[in-house]
Amino acid sequence: MKREVPIIITLVVGIVFILSYFIPHAPFGELETFYNEWFSIVASFAIWLGALNLMKLSFIRISRKQHDWQLSWVIVICFLVIVAVGFYDGYAGLSNNPQTSFRDPGTNFDWLYTYIYTPLSSTMFAILAFFVASASYRAFRARNTAATLLLLAGFLVMLGRVPLGDILTSYLPEGWRASDWASWIMNFPHTAGQRAIKIGVALGIVSTSLRIILGIERSHLEG
Amino acid sequence: MRDLIVFFRCLLAGILFFSLPVVAQTDSAAVAPDTAAIQQPVPAPPVNVIVTDTPNDNGRSLEIRWDLSPDDQALVTKYQVLRSSSQSGPFQVVGETTKGQNTFINGDLSDSVDYFYRVAAVRAPAGVMATMAESPVFGPIVPVAQWFNMNRIWIFIWTLVICGAILLYIRAARSGKELYVRKIAGIDAVEEAIGRATEMGRKVMYIPGIQDMDDVQTIAGVTILGRVARITAENDTKLDVPVSKSLVMVVAREAVREAYQKAGRPDAFHDDMVHYVTDDQFGYAAAIDGMVVRDKPATMFYMGCFFAESLILAETGNAAGAIQIAGTGQPSQLPFFVASCDYTLIGEELFAASAYLSREPKLLGSLKGQDFAKAAFLLAILVGIVAVLIGWTGFLKILEVG
Amino acid sequence: MLKKYGFAIVMFLICLVALVRTFMAEPDPLAFSPVVSYIVIGLLALAMIAVLILTIKGIFVERRWVFLFVGVALVLPYFMSITLKTKVSPEVQGLFNGVNALPPGSKVLVAFDYDPPSAPELQPMADAFMAFAFKRDLKLIIIGLWPQGPQQANLSITRAMAEPEVAAKNLRYGTDYVNLGFQSGNEFVIQSMGTSFRSMFPRDIYNTPYDEIPLLRGVENFSNVDFVVNWSSGYPGTKEWVQIAVDRFRVKVGAGNTAVQAPEMYPYLNAGQLTGLAGGMTGAAEFEMATNEYGRATVALLSQLFSHAVVIAFIIIGNVALFLGKEKKTR
Repeated sequence: MKREVPIIITLVVGIVFILSYFIPHAPFGELETFYNEWFSIVASFAIWLGALNLMKLSFIRISRKQHDWQLSWVIVICFLVIVAVGFYDGYAGLSNNPQTSFRDPGTNFDWLYTYIYTPLSSTMFAILAFFVASASYRAFRARNTAATLLLLAGFLVMLGRVPLGDILTSYLPEGWRASDWASWIMNFPHTAGQRAIKIGVALGIVSTSLRIILGIERSHLEG
Repeated sequence: MRDLIVFFRCLLAGILFFSLPVVAQTDSAAVAPDTAAIQQPVPAPPVNVIVTDTPNDNGRSLEIRWDLSPDDQALVTKYQVLRSSSQSGPFQVVGETTKGQNTFINGDLSDSVDYFYRVAAVRAPAGVMATMAESPVFGPIVPVAQWFNMNRIWIFIWTLVICGAILLYIRAARSGKELYVRKIAGIDAVEEAIGRATEMGRKVMYIPGIQDMDDVQTIAGVTILGRVARITAENDTKLDVPVSKSLVMVVAREAVREAYQKAGRPDAFHDDMVHYVTDDQFGYAAAIDGMVVRDKPATMFYMGCFFAESLILAETGNAAGAIQIAGTGQPSQLPFFVASCDYTLIGEELFAASAYLSREPKLLGSLKGQDFAKAAFLLAILVGIVAVLIGWTGFLKILEVG
Repeated sequence: MLKKYGFAIVMFLICLVALVRTFMAEPDPLAFSPVVSYIVIGLLALAMIAVLILTIKGIFVERRWVFLFVGVALVLPYFMSITLKTKVSPEVQGLFNGVNALPPGSKVLVAFDYDPPSAPELQPMADAFMAFAFKRDLKLIIIGLWPQGPQQANLSITRAMAEPEVAAKNLRYGTDYVNLGFQSGNEFVIQSMGTSFRSMFPRDIYNTPYDEIPLLRGVENFSNVDFVVNWSSGYPGTKEWVQIAVDRFRVKVGAGNTAVQAPEMYPYLNAGQLTGLAGGMTGAAEFEMATNEYGRATVALLSQLFSHAVVIAFIIIGNVALFLGKEKKTR
């Protein structure tokens, strides 16, 4: 029963979802929204499962003095500070007139968000620039015909996307400069490839969904 | 008494009839007292107001169309759509469009009420008294819900073709028919990659993407995780699955638990193999980078939906010397994985991986069905190209999404 | 110690200098004159040539050297007083034309679907758009499918309002623009907005009921907005707006995406489903140029150019190493 029940639920919900796409009439038309709301509710409550799991693992690491256990203290302290400040500001906001949210500008939570969370997240995103450089350095090598095509496409798009490309090719007639090459690559070979991949992905999604709905694919339930 | 009521109704209808075509009114909200006395030009009203049921919907909405006022460019600032549940009014403004626009969809209606509409052309420049002219009333009309969305008829046919092909091939595979599935290097390398981790005595790290369980890529990632977990259980290799969504943690944990049980190693499984890190995209990337740098896993799998964190993860794994296999349906992340990983499952290969790894005929049959559907699409695209070249654009309807 | 942490220290110093630079009062004492700028560019080029010579000699540089060069190339331009202008690409021109063609008073739905990490790329586009739209008297209805989106919108509004031409218009919240805040539900929000905006956003961020906001009077669904602009860095984002708002409700949508995501939108752009697209920092600079609202993206263009040049140089060096077959030795 432990496996049959999820399979039956998947089958029923899957078929209803497919029908609701083609039948706008009630009750089918509303079911998509209804199930989505349920998913949001379940996912929202499940956040606590994750948060508690994170705390549990961190405390285990600290108590057993596992490798780099000190870093777990950072997680625990940061987690508690953010949660406590959020609750404090939320509670304080209830007594304001008009009531304010913990996320409103000027709150302690907003300060943490603006001056700690934002720079940390931006830093991680900015690292991408360095990794793009090192990955290009290593991967864009003319080892064979396919790799040479990749190299040329990458090279031309990178050159054409900044004014440098047009400066270097300024002697060429209008419409034949580096930015035009880059646009051509992006609009034709690249778009064709993207479309082919997207069609494949769409079919893959249909096939996987059908296998799961019909209970043919069960490895996410039973390994 | 009855005759009297009929008389008054006729009288009211007569008054309305003669007063409707051009009624210059003022928009009280927009009147500027100092300019009220100055005569302002009145735009001609919109004509031919037609209200129809919005097609292919669940009822509760109507579509209003009208011919633009002859003064659309010269005088009109906007059009107001007015609605009432009785022909005699009162009419209330339910929508506005800017000049030049002649359609409006009115939603949030009831399927059991008669509605009447009129459209007004409004001239309301700043600081000047607004003037307006209303069209005749249209109605009554009731919204109706449809039982089939005809805009999606071709999608329905395509769905039948694709699903039918998949089911037919699954049936053929079940009956014992030999099916050829091309080799996919990335999937063939899975066992070898895990074997390497076993030999080195290091762990295998599996990242199922950053989306929740409502994304099919995540589901595909978790199904492959089930197969991978079976091999790590058989090889007695350490498996670490950090996830970014709580629901994924719950489902992935069950998949791994079942895999270890099936492999006859339930003792080797523990809940913390699959653990939650954070929902935050870059927080997740930072945490995994930290784990990779500290623990130096021998093998890394990235299977699921990835965004900008893909290269951050894959480059760190590459620097740590891990053998890396990635798979995603996100076309914009594929170049990053191709550059940094040893093997990359491109798009549909991610969805085929579970079937390929299991070698179960019914799963492989679904892959063949998928190929058939792809061939059908290719044929439709080729015919579409020819059709457009010869001017038969009607053919493109079969590829439209409504 | 120095060998182990030397690179980290150098990178830290570069960041520190860049940080100090942002606090410099005008006139900036650290700004290079054009002559010094060109000398610095020459030195950087010489350094790259030195790396090339080392590679030819068989000494292959490690990735941390690549990082160092990229770091220097990204930061140095901020000290230079060279201003660059770029050509507006057809994709960005399409976005600009879509907005520019709207008559004054048109209602534009602006979806801020990103958060602070991608703000360096997307905020300049949003800022330029906001100032341009206010100057053209467009009425803006702002929403966010990402929780932090509406906060990013407020930043853009504040910046736009600081411009004298916008400030002189005395724009009023609720009449000229409104921020409806965040709504969870991803693409289902877009789908529901096709029937009723009110059902998804019953109140604005200041808790004002939908029906009490003058700008929203008569705004029922997509049929009442003239254009949708989407600033997006992932899911939900431009793809979802195209698949639902464009394909199902026939709305015109223009978008600005991060450089990582933009290539995925080209199929939609070429099929005419997207009116226009600004991608990454370069797209932002082009959009600033098209709207004549020069801001941070134009300033960052030189930095973008330098970093691209460094990456291109390293690709060439990598290929030289490949052809010489001297990858074994490393430095």
